Amino acid sequence: MRFPLIALACAPCFALPALAAEEEAQTLTVYTYDSFVSEWGPGPAVEEAFEAVCACDLNFVGVGDGAALLARVRLEGERTRADVVLGLDTNLTAEAAATGLFAQHEVLDVAWDLPVVWEDDMFVPYDWGYFAFVHEAAFDPPGDFRDLASSDASILIQDPRSSTPGLGLLLWVEAAYGEAAPEIWAELADNVVTVTKGWSEAYGLFLDGEADMVLSYTTSPAYHLIAEGDDSKRAAPFAEGHYMQIEVAGAVASSPNLPLAQSFLRFLATDPVQSVLPTTNWMYPAVTPEGGLPEGFETLIAPERALLYPAGQVPEIKAQALDTWLGALSR
Amino acid sequence: MARRAQPLTLAGIGAAGLVGALILGTAVAVLAEAGRGRLGPADWAALRFTVVQAGLSAALSVGLAIPVARALARRRFAGRGLLITLLGAPFILPVIVAVLGLLAVFGRSGWVSAGLQAVGLPPLSIYGLHGVVLAHVFFNLPLAVRLILHGWQAIPAERFRLAASLGFGPGDVARVLERPMLRSVVPGALLVVFLICTTSFAVALTLGGGPRATTVELAIYQAVRFEFDLGRAALLALVQIALTGAVALAALGAAVPDGMGAGLGRVVARWDADAPMARRVDAVWIGLGALFLLAPLLSVVLRGAPGLLDLPGAVWAAAGRSAVVALVSAALAVTMAFAVAVAVARLGRRSGRAVEATAMLGIAASPLVIGTGLFLLTFPAVDPVTLALPVTASVNAVMSLPFALRALIPAVAAAERNHGRLADSLGLVGWRRHWRATLPAIRRPLGFAAGLAAALSMGDLGVVALFADASSGTLPLALYRLMAAYRMDDAAAAALLLLAASLALFWVFDRGGRGHVEA
Amino acid sequence: MLRLEGVRIRLGDFALAADFALPAGALAAVLGPSGSGKSTLLGAVGGFLPVAQGRISWTGRDLTDLPPGARPVATIFQDNNLFPHMDAAANVALGLRPGGRLSAAERAAVDGALERVGLAGYAGRRPADLSGGQQSRVALARMLVQDRPLVTLDEPFAALGPALRAEMVALVRDLARDAGRTVLMVTHAPEDARRLGGLAIAVGDGRAAPPVPVAQLLDDPPPALRDYLGG
Repeated sequence: MRFPLIALACAPCFALPALAAEEEAQTLTVYTYDSFVSEWGPGPAVEEAFEAVCACDLNFVGVGDGAALLARVRLEGERTRADVVLGLDTNLTAEAAATGLFAQHEVLDVAWDLPVVWEDDMFVPYDWGYFAFVHEAAFDPPGDFRDLASSDASILIQDPRSSTPGLGLLLWVEAAYGEAAPEIWAELADNVVTVTKGWSEAYGLFLDGEADMVLSYTTSPAYHLIAEGDDSKRAAPFAEGHYMQIEVAGAVASSPNLPLAQSFLRFLATDPVQSVLPTTNWMYPAVTPEGGLPEGFETLIAPERALLYPAGQVPEIKAQALDTWLGALSR
Repeated sequence: MARRAQPLTLAGIGAAGLVGALILGTAVAVLAEAGRGRLGPADWAALRFTVVQAGLSAALSVGLAIPVARALARRRFAGRGLLITLLGAPFILPVIVAVLGLLAVFGRSGWVSAGLQAVGLPPLSIYGLHGVVLAHVFFNLPLAVRLILHGWQAIPAERFRLAASLGFGPGDVARVLERPMLRSVVPGALLVVFLICTTSFAVALTLGGGPRATTVELAIYQAVRFEFDLGRAALLALVQIALTGAVALAALGAAVPDGMGAGLGRVVARWDADAPMARRVDAVWIGLGALFLLAPLLSVVLRGAPGLLDLPGAVWAAAGRSAVVALVSAALAVTMAFAVAVAVARLGRRSGRAVEATAMLGIAASPLVIGTGLFLLTFPAVDPVTLALPVTASVNAVMSLPFALRALIPAVAAAERNHGRLADSLGLVGWRRHWRATLPAIRRPLGFAAGLAAALSMGDLGVVALFADASSGTLPLALYRLMAAYRMDDAAAAALLLLAASLALFWVFDRGGRGHVEA
Repeated sequence: MLRLEGVRIRLGDFALAADFALPAGALAAVLGPSGSGKSTLLGAVGGFLPVAQGRISWTGRDLTDLPPGARPVATIFQDNNLFPHMDAAANVALGLRPGGRLSAAERAAVDGALERVGLAGYAGRRPADLSGGQQSRVALARMLVQDRPLVTLDEPFAALGPALRAEMVALVRDLARDAGRTVLMVTHAPEDARRLGGLAIAVGDGRAAPPVPVAQLLDDPPPALRDYLGG
């Protein structure tokens, strides 16, 4: 049973040279979020590496952030020019799958280095991280949400309606506290300095000293350490565990380049991509590259519990959690 | 003024029609795509917040502008012209840059808080309604000062001379000359600031402090970008247009002041304001106004200067694209504004007003809904990425059209009034008339309008985000991308570049409009 | 007596010197070519232009550094003599005092002044509803209620037709004589100067000459004035 599946999954790999011979300048269009394609993101390295093996032209189109990416694809519907959509996360995949725009991925033989078992047959993970509150080393952080709520520590968070970390926090509190989540939010309200549109604004405000902590990732301190030689940032470990974000890509079913798109999804799990993600996207790679993680990542906190709702449950939980959140913070 | 329809008049009516079609048509296109939308209680709360914050912002901006404008109107000092130009800067500042600057001054670890803490007081918090209002006052105080200062300068110097000869004191001058002027100028200034604040988006997003500070435009953003509820977005856009329309109608009696493009260099000799106390009061107001408006700019300069030369090439390329978009946008805006202004001058009072009102719709429109509508309309036919820059230039032109019109309509009307009959008698008609007679007479407001349109376009992020990809992004987009890549120092340098480019564009056009004539 | 002692007024490159006395109650026309400094002279007397050197005094009281409103000078300008948003009576009342309600006596004074200049029944009209000549009359009525012995007029009737202008100059002459005012009136029309019927001050070549009887000046004008008069 296992062998034929692998053979099937690997069909695109074998098909690659043939494809290249048939059509020389086949173009693969990949919609992704802006920061992926910027010259500091993974985009340029991924493009170069894939074009070296696919004999095709890889064309990244940067579209805002993860949430905007899904809106854009929905706006375009079946007429979309995208062959691949890269940059959704597990909180968005249920809605994305419901559009019926995505094909099965056929990438089944990869040993994912994820804290959870990967079972989605439509989207392929490429990196992941834990949400965490980031603070200056000198600041003494609370140990969990209850601690935070009763302290006078100030935090910067993102709006769950416009930002993936914002939504992540919503689900984090929900996953950790369930019924008690409204109570936690009500008590957190006075710790929240402001709610920004996206991660960038909140993180920028944090670096400018506007609050004690900012909602970001456990990997954020690695950026400062590796890129800037600055070891002054820490992520606060929370006893409840940390909610996860798994970033994924999917192939568009109506794409005329579907085989090429699927071979790209497979390519995402390989070393040339996985080895650049930690220091460009500043996230954990979905498959640990041969050389291991970059130096500096070993200093990061490792949450004891990984929290993650199954993708299918997210829309319902999100709707109800959003009401709670709006209620608590609108007072 | 009933002449036979001329090409330019038709062009003006056409331009106004296009603007109306663009703004209402895109909203309808979005609504059509979505089927139908429904507004929830949160949307009505957003509407309420929008009205409250816009009302407060307008009242404070104009209230503070009065003493500052009075001080500027009656004081003559070295650098006064430069100060007035610089004081105008916040209005053309890209929102994100301004917010960064405001935070550096008023933020928790900003200059003011540092000062407060030094004397043992708690730091400021500028998040919430008061933060939104503070930022709006920062943006709109310069505009209000400009409008009111113009009102002051429109009082003929001879009246102050007459007042002096009759022995008027400051109180008499205020009662007889200044208050009647303010009564005619202030309602219009309030209206303009209110309308600008109703479409506020990025300010509320960053400084609002949470979901209770949601404006209608922000609700539109969330509906489009996150909940993908296009019907609600379109309905909200129509609600926004209805709100601004209603406010504009309610304030119909208040003529919007015409000070947009006029020279502010003249200082009228005043004999009523020589008392040492009045001098001191004026000095304090000018000082406070300058400090409030210039300190955030200074912080942007200080923060960005070290990284400016090391900015990556992509940022400079984006700056180049932004400049091109800004130039095209400015050309479009003044061409449309000129055609509309000529049409308004030629048409009868009623149809003239209708054309003007339609062309002014831009002040109430949601760039996001226009962008989404255009996207829906053009996507089946063309790759949106190829349209990113042209669409951005056009939408920016429409958004700055109201300001260009405020500068050009009175100028064209005055040119017709002053030289229309002379031009008629000389047989100057059609293009030759505009080239020889009208354009030279309106050169100054034309330059001002072009500069304003270029600067506003330079800093705009609204539409391009929906269309552009990384290779066709503008400078504000590049700034966001730098922030998203943790590169805050580069982002600060890009912010400085954006500030400098916006100011430079404005200055070049405004200066060009002045020509050799000194203010 | 209005006395100008060694007065020099500078406006950029332009300078005007004046050193003369004008007896109280005199009616003096100020004559001279365009740009010679006629208005400059009046501006200095009225306090609108600073004096670089010298001293201006009225009956021994030094005016040189006083602001316009504190001088015993009523001024009628070429135009813009009235506030457009106030009616004729309110404009005249400004001559009594700039603020506050008028007493019955003051209102009577205003009405009397309007009647004296031939505008009885026009009290409620705004400047826009008055002809050019009527507007000048309102300004003259205000001059009448002002308690200021010296009156300066800067070509106040230049925009009026010859007949109306003659009438207005005659009115100024009569009003000034009745009220005992001292008048300095700039004009570019010699016939106005004759009609005023008093003295004349020739301004030219950077100097305002001492007043002489008008007939004497016009019949035997100095060289600078001769060209201007075309005689």
